[in-house]
Formats: sequence, structure tokens, C-alpha cells
Amino acid sequence: MKHIKTLTAKTLCESAKNGGCGECQTSCQSACKTSCGIANQQCENKAQKASK
Amino acid sequence: MIHRYKLGGLNIVLDACSGSVHVVDDIAYELIGIFEEKSREEAISELSARFSVPENEVGECWDQIAQLRDEGRLFTPDTFEPMAGELKSRTSGVVKALCLHVAHTCNLNCSYCFASQGKYHGDRALMSFEVGRQALDFLVAHSGSRRNLEVDFFGGEPLMNFDVVKRLTAYARSIEKEAGKNFRFTLTTNGMLIDDDVIDFANREMSNVVLSLDGRKEIHDRFRVDYAGQGSFDRIVPKFQKLVAARGGKNYYMRGTFTHANPDFLEDIKVMLGLGFNELSMEPVVCASDDPSALTDEDIGIVLDQYERLAELMKKRREEGKPFTFYHYMIDLTGGPCIYKRVSGCGSGTEYMAVTPWGDLYPCHQFVGEEKFLLGNVWDGVTNTAVRDEFASCNVYAREECRDCWAKLYCSGGCAANAYHATGSIRGVYEKGCVLFKKRIECAIMLEAAKMLEEEEE
Repeated sequence: MKHIKTLTAKTLCESAKNGGCGECQTSCQSACKTSCGIANQQCENKAQKASK
Repeated sequence: MIHRYKLGGLNIVLDACSGSVHVVDDIAYELIGIFEEKSREEAISELSARFSVPENEVGECWDQIAQLRDEGRLFTPDTFEPMAGELKSRTSGVVKALCLHVAHTCNLNCSYCFASQGKYHGDRALMSFEVGRQALDFLVAHSGSRRNLEVDFFGGEPLMNFDVVKRLTAYARSIEKEAGKNFRFTLTTNGMLIDDDVIDFANREMSNVVLSLDGRKEIHDRFRVDYAGQGSFDRIVPKFQKLVAARGGKNYYMRGTFTHANPDFLEDIKVMLGLGFNELSMEPVVCASDDPSALTDEDIGIVLDQYERLAELMKKRREEGKPFTFYHYMIDLTGGPCIYKRVSGCGSGTEYMAVTPWGDLYPCHQFVGEEKFLLGNVWDGVTNTAVRDEFASCNVYAREECRDCWAKLYCSGGCAANAYHATGSIRGVYEKGCVLFKKRIECAIMLEAAKMLEEEEE
């Protein structure tokens, strides 16, 4: 019996590899305008996406 | 650092620093809770007795946990602090997003408006084309190698200066190719002045349209009234419906505010759905704690429950083939933002600024009118480097309270404006906001986890 199911493939440590291009949306611009959330931003980095 | 919680029938374990999400059975859930405190033998003996299962089964589970720890997917230490300033220092001086306050005036008179009826505690004013053009030139000139530039037409009510909005958009389009840029525009509107011309323009040029609607008519009309005191619901809803129908799948958000008058905001979401809108955002009101519309401690309890019920509703609607989007529940467990983005904060005052009708620069739209945060202007650029540097140093490690929080890589330290208004410092912590944020992330992860499990079964 498997007790644990891991849903995420990559880890945040791995995202450091090609990360940090800064092309992603500014956090609350264009949507909520009154609170900060980073989690729902999309990654715009082509190199980062290709390595997924 | 791990965070364990039960929601939507799932036992979820989040490993905060690797971003790993695990769905586990009851034995693993309890075992992970004591993994760092007890020895293997103690833990196995305790859980074997509690769950009436053979010791070797609990042992198997223990070994799985140990393997995940060794792979960097459980109990991952926080080693990211050195990266916190890296993205901002690497891109120091680069601006990529502007909030253009094209109209510091409004045709509605909402008492809960954080911008004091669009005037931001100042005089009524409209941005001239010349000021706006200079702002766009400033943005292009300071955007470095960034290709995607975001510009939000904001107010007050930006459609009260629609001609300038159209001219600025045309100007941006005329320079973007040569400059190697791609402008993404957003329009945030109360809907009063939407007509066919606005709809054609918005659907052609705006990457996103944010439409302000609070939900139930009586809730909406309580605050969102014109200067004669008349509610705006009946006038704007048909316009919003027409705009969204013509939008052809392009992004929009129906954005509501909930206050002390409607902590049960799920009822407002249901009304939005009933009106045919399915890309939704509902935000807690931003106001002083002694304002009558401020959320009380009792309200917060109601709101937390509403977030869970909202997640249940979204799950149900998804199963029925009638899904809808809630802005704060969008999360990508297979990717999402990289670690640099997550530790560096929201970008206000550095890569993102607000521009007043007369060309002054502020760290973000929520600081406009706070004179001590004036950064400079669109002609001379940022001259108040002390304020800019203060915002540049604002990251997930800038607040002691955040260090041991499991949600820090989802909020990046939170909203500087919320912190300032709650504590008097942009490095403060807006505790009520944290409580709500954490619940939203729990719900978002649960919904996505449930979806991934469903898809696997199919």
C-alpha cells in the first residue's frame, strides 16, 4: 500500500536553474489590486517552461 | 517546514520550501506530524497501536517519508534567503508595469473606496495625453530587456477620460514593435460608461478587463451609488453582460469587494454566476479598522468558512461541467512562479509604479496621495531613491513574523500597502490579511489536488 501520493513534479529548488527572468506579471497588477499573491502568477520563462 | 491540513476529504501535506504537495492517508498524516520528534521505533509502535495496523506497514510508511526527505520533497530546509535580493538587484532600475491613473474622478460615490471616490485625498483631475505619453516613454526607456510591459488604465473611473485612453493605447501600439516590446493593457472600470465603442475597443486592445460588481443587488447598491445616491446595479449589469459576451474568451475579471455588510460573500459569487459571469474575484475591503465597513473579528470567522464553501462549490460545478475561476484559487502545482519571484516580493516601488494625472510616480496605486512615498515623476524618473530602496529591500525575509510561516513562498511577504495601513510600516504584517491568505492557499491547493487525482483516475 502506498501511503503518500506526491502531486508536484519539480521542486522550487530546481526552479532556480533557469529562473529569475522577471517577465512574469507584476503581482497584483491587472487583477485584484488590493492584496498580494504570487502563487497564481504564470511563469513566462520559455527556458524554465521547456525544462519542466 | 511542513504544513499539514485536512480539507475537502483530503489529507494534504505541503513542504513549504520545496513547494511539494503530497496527498496522504491517515497513517502518513500522523507519522509526518511526529517524524521529527520521535524515533522510528517509538513512532511505529505508537501508530501501529493507534491505527491497529501491523508494525511493518507503519515502518513502510516511515521509510517513504524518509525517502521523500532525502529527495528534498519533505522537511526541506530554507536555503533561499541569499536569493531574496538577487532578482531585484539583477534588474535594479528596471520598470515593467505602470498603473496609469488617467482619471482622479469618478461617476460613482462609493463610501468604501480606498481612493476616496477616486480623488485619492486630492483634487479631481484627468491625465492629459502628453503626461500619459511621457509615462509610456518612461516605461519603455526604463524597461531594460523586458519584453512584456503591463499598463493598467485605472482611476477613479478611467472611462471618464476614454479619449486619452484610446490615444495612449494607439501611441503605445505605434512604438512597441520598434522598441521590441509587447504592451499588455488592462482596463479597470465600474461599467457606468460602457457602450459599443468601449466594448469594441476593450475587446480589441485590452488583455484584461476588470469589472467592478459586488454581487447581490442590495449589497452592490449599498455602496456603489451615484452622486444622487442611486444604486448602479441595474445600469451596469447589462453593459457587463454585453461586454463579456463580445469578449470571445479573452481575459476578464468580475471583481467584487466584500465588507462588514457581506462577509457571506459566497451569496454574491452565486449571483455573479447566475448573471453569466464565470471569471471572478472577490476581495476584502481595504479601509481603516474603525471604518463601519471594516471586517470585524467575527466577520473573519465567517469569511474563512465562506472560502471553504466556495472551494466546495467550485469542485461541484467542475464535476457538473460548469467550472468557474476564482482569482485567488488559481494555482499551478506543476510549475508556477520560480523561486526568485517567490522570494522577491510583489515589485511595488521597483518594477511597478503608479502614475498620477499630473505625472508623479508612487510605489503603487494604494500609496498615491501619501506624499512621503512620492518617488519622482515621469520626466525626471525616480529621484526619491530612499523610498525606492526601502521597497527594493522589502522581500519575504524582511519581516521576522514571516520567517516561520508556511505560506511565505505563496504571498512573498504580502502587500506593502496593507502592511503600511495596518501597522504604519511597509515591513509590518497585516495579520487579518495573513489569516485570509492562508485559508485561500489551503483551498486553492486542495482544489487543484482534487482535480489532479480525478484526472488520474479517468
